Amino acid sequence: MAEDKESAEAIVSEVHKKIRAAFDVFDHEFNKTVDVREIGTIIRSLGCFPNEGELHDVIAEIEEEEPTGYIRFEKFLPTMTKVLMERKFRPIPEDLMLQAFEVLDKQKKGHLELEELTKYMTQEGEPFTQEEMEEMLSAAMDPDKNLIFYKDFVSMMTVDDPR
Amino acid sequence: IISTMRAALLIQRWYRQYVARLEMRRRCTWNIFQSIEYAGEQDQIKLYNFFGYLMDHFTPASSERNLISHIFRENNICRNVDWERYFCYKSIEVPKLYSGPHLSFPITCSNAAELVEAFKNKQQLHSRYVLQLLGETWRLLRILPNISQISTCHSKEITICGDLHGHLEDLLLVFYKNGLPSSEKPYVFNGDFVDRGKDSLEILLILFSFLLVYPNDVHLNRGNHEDHIVNLRYGFTKEVLGKYRLHGKKILKLLQKIFSWLPLATVIDNKVLVLHGGISDTTDLHLISRVDRHKRQNRSGMTDSDLEDDDPTAKPVDSSRRRVHSLTHSSSTGTRHEVQRRSLQGLNNRVTCSVEEELKERRRQAGLSQSYGDLRNSLANSDSDPDSGELLESYGDEWKQIVDMLWSDPMPQDGCVPNEVRGGGCYWGPDVTEEVLRRHNLTLLIRSHECKQEGYEFCHNRRVLTIFSASNYYEVGSNRGAYIRMGPDLVPHFIQYQANRATRALTLRQSVGRTERSALRALREKLFAHKSDLISSFQEYDPENTGLISLGHWACAMEAVLRLGLPWRVLRTQLVGDTLDGMLDYHLWFRELSITEPNTEVSLLETMYKHHSNLETIFRIIDTDNSGLISFEEFRQTWKLLSSHLQTEISDEAISDLAVSIDFNKDGSIDINEFMEAFRLVGGDLLQNEGDPH
Repeated sequence: MAEDKESAEAIVSEVHKKIRAAFDVFDHEFNKTVDVREIGTIIRSLGCFPNEGELHDVIAEIEEEEPTGYIRFEKFLPTMTKVLMERKFRPIPEDLMLQAFEVLDKQKKGHLELEELTKYMTQEGEPFTQEEMEEMLSAAMDPDKNLIFYKDFVSMMTVDDPR
Repeated sequence: IISTMRAALLIQRWYRQYVARLEMRRRCTWNIFQSIEYAGEQDQIKLYNFFGYLMDHFTPASSERNLISHIFRENNICRNVDWERYFCYKSIEVPKLYSGPHLSFPITCSNAAELVEAFKNKQQLHSRYVLQLLGETWRLLRILPNISQISTCHSKEITICGDLHGHLEDLLLVFYKNGLPSSEKPYVFNGDFVDRGKDSLEILLILFSFLLVYPNDVHLNRGNHEDHIVNLRYGFTKEVLGKYRLHGKKILKLLQKIFSWLPLATVIDNKVLVLHGGISDTTDLHLISRVDRHKRQNRSGMTDSDLEDDDPTAKPVDSSRRRVHSLTHSSSTGTRHEVQRRSLQGLNNRVTCSVEEELKERRRQAGLSQSYGDLRNSLANSDSDPDSGELLESYGDEWKQIVDMLWSDPMPQDGCVPNEVRGGGCYWGPDVTEEVLRRHNLTLLIRSHECKQEGYEFCHNRRVLTIFSASNYYEVGSNRGAYIRMGPDLVPHFIQYQANRATRALTLRQSVGRTERSALRALREKLFAHKSDLISSFQEYDPENTGLISLGHWACAMEAVLRLGLPWRVLRTQLVGDTLDGMLDYHLWFRELSITEPNTEVSLLETMYKHHSNLETIFRIIDTDNSGLISFEEFRQTWKLLSSHLQTEISDEAISDLAVSIDFNKDGSIDINEFMEAFRLVGGDLLQNEGDPH
């Protein structure tokens, strides 16, 4: 039993170090705080897939009572540890991603038009900003045909992912 | 089956995750480049701190002393009139076949514009014109003040550019977007024109020609790279020698003088201070404006001009003659004394302990950051030379001010501390900014020196502005460049750009990927160079010799050995492939990084490779006439010096064997390029075949 406790502690300790390492990358002033706008990046870089709403909930939990625009590490650590230990915000499997694109491809063409994708991404769900939309198009779209071959796009992004 | 809304949500969630990951990778890549860059600068400074220090403390009889004094001693000439003769271009003929630009003097603005066009078309300016242009520049710079005062009257907007670092395409882009310099279009160029990029000389020639045409409207501030010793390491010296095989050395010599005469700062409307690096808590512009700036030639504090010549019959070194090095060449007492007085960064305290003790001390300190501050502190308790104390005290202050102006970086916390990362200047905080600006009645400090993602960045409550004009500095796609336009309201406006058309078309993913691959390559080189130390460190976490360590221990060991301050746990996924239950097989890992198995003993070659960039710099320093050749004896002495500095014991036989294994012509001289080639990682054969080290 003692061994189990030890290994559990070791696991938590490793998790803490991981969180600390990711946090530090954005701690520009070396004072254990990061800009609240970078929290999303930090959480996602640790392997989580929250949506914007879930992200806001987490931020609300770790913000100061009087929001300063900064998040302190002491508040971030316990919340983030819980997120990782409880495996919240799990990744989306590749086949589900494919399915999602196919749903948008109403005419079953095997690809999406520029206007189609833009319409869905900027009007449905948790809409993209124009910047986000442009960046996605530059990555996903075939520039000659202005079409998004989503099957290739999903595979490419999944291969890219080191995990 | 899922709804449209749910599908959209999924895609958005998935894509945002991906972008966040990229952003994290981009930041880490940035950190890698910066830490390697600054570690290089630190190494550089440690190197000539070491040489300078040894200069002061070896006994006169020691042969190493001759070697070092030979390195730092100015060759032969002292008076400006003699230099002018040496640099004379008149005997150089321009052949009829020459298709490049012809310059006439005094230079006109159409000449300057022609030069820009010519360089755009990849032409090279003939060495005759180069020397003529540089000669005129040198003459002009000598009459310019340390700090230029300019004004925005007549509704003139001033353009301010930051680091260019040999990126000609960026300068051309700025001229394209903003127009060429003229009386209506004044420019300030804020230092670091050279090194790293491949067209440093062309940039200088363009800037100098506009300076000559519009001396009241073009202002150049010196950067820390306008320093011939830094140039030895960071590529400018190599560039010039490569482009001008016959007259390169003369050109470099003249540039050395020009750099020392570059002004230090510019003040706009008595309100905006523009300089390359930054300030410190002791910055005093009134003091700086009175300094003899050209006497503070380079970071080691070695002066270049106005030394009394001890051999009036000596001639300038003939570039075509192979250098005949004499180790027994000794300077007269007078000169040595002079050089000692202008010793390392004005450090004025002479330590009376013996050479042996000093070497021991250096060995102990080797590998630790020896910043300017540390060095100064370590001598704080020693005896001072009663004669030179006072003189050097004030010299020291002035020199420190100049170093601070060229090397310092801002930090978020209050205070002022030595800049240990770069090894020179300091880190200064917002309180120091307020105080220095207030003291001089200024409102804004514009500086460069640090690469910024967007080409510019404010800090210290928008009282300090960094401007950086070399886009794609670390790698294609790594950052934009920017320049400032400022009118009489003294409000800076920014124009950003990215030189390579291809990069603008790259997606975030592609540009991150490219930059990252480059950074990881550079990092892998460092890993190789520290392989033995890393393996030992891993073994400490693996007492039972299983060959496996946890990833957490891997991260600790990496930082302990490499000391780059990188987020190893975050970088882990890029550096480490598969693990068995979170345990890493470290020998396998090294093999997969394409590195051979280590020998059980520290290999001589590995040590040399580890310090290869230092080695190259050392060789170039020793090769004072830039002939590309050093004698075997010099090589041996150099190696002995280096090995004591690096805590490595190397026997004479080992060095001899080493020299023999390199194919060099039997006349006792070693070509630097051949030597360095022998130890390149890519070659690898020598490493594979090496026998027992020693």
